[in-house]
Amino acid sequence: MTSRLLFLAGFVLACRLLPGQESELVQPKATPEDRAEGQRIFGTQCSYCHGPKGEGGQGAVLALPQLSHAPDDLSLFRVIRDGIAGTKMPASALAPNQIWQVVAFVRVLGRVEAAKLTGDPARGRQIYATKGGCARCHTMGGHGGGIGPDLSDIGTRQNAAQVRTSLLDPDASVPLDFLQVRVVTKDGHSFTGVRVNEDSFSIQIRDLSNQFHSFWKSELTEISKEPRRSLMPSFRNTLTPGELDDLIAYLESPQGGK
Amino acid sequence: MKGILLLLPAVMLLDGQVPYERILNAHSEPGNWLTYSGDYQAHGYSALDQINTSNVDRLKVAWMYQTGVLGHFETTPLVFDGVMYITEPLSGVTALDLRTGRPIWTYKRPLPKGVIVCCGLVNRGLAVLDDQLFLGTVDAHLVALDMRTGRVRWDVEVADYKAAYSITAAPLVLKDKVIIGIAGAEYGIRGFLDAYDVKTGARSWRFYTVPAPGEPGNETWAGDSWKTGGAPTWVTGAYDPEANLVYWGTGNPSPDMIGDERNGDNLYSDALITLDADTGKLKWHFQFTPHDTLDMDANQVPVLVNADFRGQPRKLVLFANRNGFYYVLDRLTGEYLVGKQFARQNWAMGLDPHGRPIWNPAAVPSFEGALVYPDDDGTANWFSPSLDLKTGLLYQNVREKGAIQKRTTKTLSFEPGHLYMGADRLPIPGEEPWGALRALDWQTGEMRWEFRVQTPPWCGVLSTAGGLVFSGTMEGDFFAVDAVSGKLAWRFQTGGAIWSNPISYLSEGKQYIVVAAGDALMAFSVDR
Repeated sequence: MTSRLLFLAGFVLACRLLPGQESELVQPKATPEDRAEGQRIFGTQCSYCHGPKGEGGQGAVLALPQLSHAPDDLSLFRVIRDGIAGTKMPASALAPNQIWQVVAFVRVLGRVEAAKLTGDPARGRQIYATKGGCARCHTMGGHGGGIGPDLSDIGTRQNAAQVRTSLLDPDASVPLDFLQVRVVTKDGHSFTGVRVNEDSFSIQIRDLSNQFHSFWKSELTEISKEPRRSLMPSFRNTLTPGELDDLIAYLESPQGGK
Repeated sequence: MKGILLLLPAVMLLDGQVPYERILNAHSEPGNWLTYSGDYQAHGYSALDQINTSNVDRLKVAWMYQTGVLGHFETTPLVFDGVMYITEPLSGVTALDLRTGRPIWTYKRPLPKGVIVCCGLVNRGLAVLDDQLFLGTVDAHLVALDMRTGRVRWDVEVADYKAAYSITAAPLVLKDKVIIGIAGAEYGIRGFLDAYDVKTGARSWRFYTVPAPGEPGNETWAGDSWKTGGAPTWVTGAYDPEANLVYWGTGNPSPDMIGDERNGDNLYSDALITLDADTGKLKWHFQFTPHDTLDMDANQVPVLVNADFRGQPRKLVLFANRNGFYYVLDRLTGEYLVGKQFARQNWAMGLDPHGRPIWNPAAVPSFEGALVYPDDDGTANWFSPSLDLKTGLLYQNVREKGAIQKRTTKTLSFEPGHLYMGADRLPIPGEEPWGALRALDWQTGEMRWEFRVQTPPWCGVLSTAGGLVFSGTMEGDFFAVDAVSGKLAWRFQTGGAIWSNPISYLSEGKQYIVVAAGDALMAFSVDR
């Protein structure tokens, strides 16, 4: 009787896995050794395009809590196995267990370790809106300016130490896609802002008051770029240590942006 | 009976529509584009001059065709007898009516799962002979299609796609053979160049670009490293009918960025090889980058020239190489004549009197990270140059981009189908890469002018008898410059990155320029 039951259970399981539900799609529990092996494989098979820490390059940034093509582990497995048609992401000849090891490692890349926060998020929210003046340049929950990064989910992308560094020393971590540009027109007008777009013949910028400007390069006498300068001021001398803690607690809080 | 008789000439025309002699004499019909580079000499030049410096400012879109297929659209169309034939990503083919731009038929390749290609499931074009088109596919097959219907005449496996062999290049047809190259050196394939019978698809010859033990050149590979030696052939070459020689570039040795296990020059990687068209036997070779550890594929288009050179009539081959040097060689002997740097590079301290590079030991991937110009996409790449013998200039798009090449591992084990490279390419902080269309004196390699573009391009070049040079940018600008001065003559924002070679043709007596941008093919003309 027991063996009949086992057979039946096995049959039901097999039916559930067939077809298109191959057994390889059942995710094994990842051990630290699996993650380490995943890291090794990532280093030879993935990092050339995605960067050694998943920071991106030719390939997508992977050091994120949510991946657009792979919202869950199974879809990440499939992306690695099959590639993404229409992109440079190729299919892979890795064995299924190796793919699962890479999945386990990639998920670590996007994880932001929680830290004990001493500030008060409610006070931080006030500082964000008033003394900090953050909303002038940043978006939170769909509201605010567009010349800095959207901060709605900053707490899932950066930990408290990283946010503190950005607030105290903005030039140390200028985000990609926010290049500071100054242009001068032939009639002597000067504009400073972040580059929205540029091609061989034109450039578009958004200035500090969030105004969009478009120029043909033939209309300009100067285009200067400062890739290591941020438009954001340092808050080292404008916020007290306590206010900084409050602001960081707000930015890191799950309700940030809600 | 009369009707049958009237039909007969048309049928005969179709059966032998594009005989070898037509391609051989492509110069006599400049309104068509019969082979990848326009002619066997691979000049990538159009003798049409209706669109010229006096009217190019009136150039406008005549029609567009949207593939509906995502991916880099790298096609170079073929055009003849009122029809254009293009390839699409995922190894598809479409025939387009030249009058309207409307499709006549489409061939969709049923690709298996698990096709492994380093840089996208792309395709760069077709070859034609008689009434058949020839297509290489990313699952490493060679296919003959009926040009009237797009239906498959034959389909042969060139190599095993599961081991990451793939085909992205346009074939080259000569006489009764289809020549096709292979890709996959990022995965440790053993490269080759193949010829197939046009009627049956049977393989006529194969030349391995990595020699086996007992064959000349194997001594340039340590141990068994030749088995996974790379040296792919993924860009279409040229043909000299008089000498009956095929000229073809080869790519990097594998693994790409670590040379420890493959000591030696690694012949015939990063070289120009010259093969007898009937037998596939090697006539001569010239290796541009011996023992490469920077992925300096010589997968560019060789350009053949018969001209007076240093006071003597010579048969030459020109080669603007991914490694940043421009070469002129004697085409019959392989004698090195010119080597001239044409873009920023620091991997070589220079070339010796035989054209052999003197390596800069600081520009080898290291665990600390080595600053290298150009990066491993190179100065040139697959995108075609264009030669205008009237101006004496070779027009070449150039990528000005370096990288920090950081070695990732002490040893690298090989597994079929797995990436086999050994270094990460990291951006140089604070440095914005750029690009340029450069005009080089073809006899010396000296730059006459450059037209700068925002980012390193992936677009080929077309020069025309109208005194214009056409090219495009990654930001979607398609443009023309004056062939003599390099001054901008016209531009159009296509809205999509341009990853293709522009060409020109005549339809109903009117000249068109055509280029693929984004997912669209665009034909431009001037209203008369």
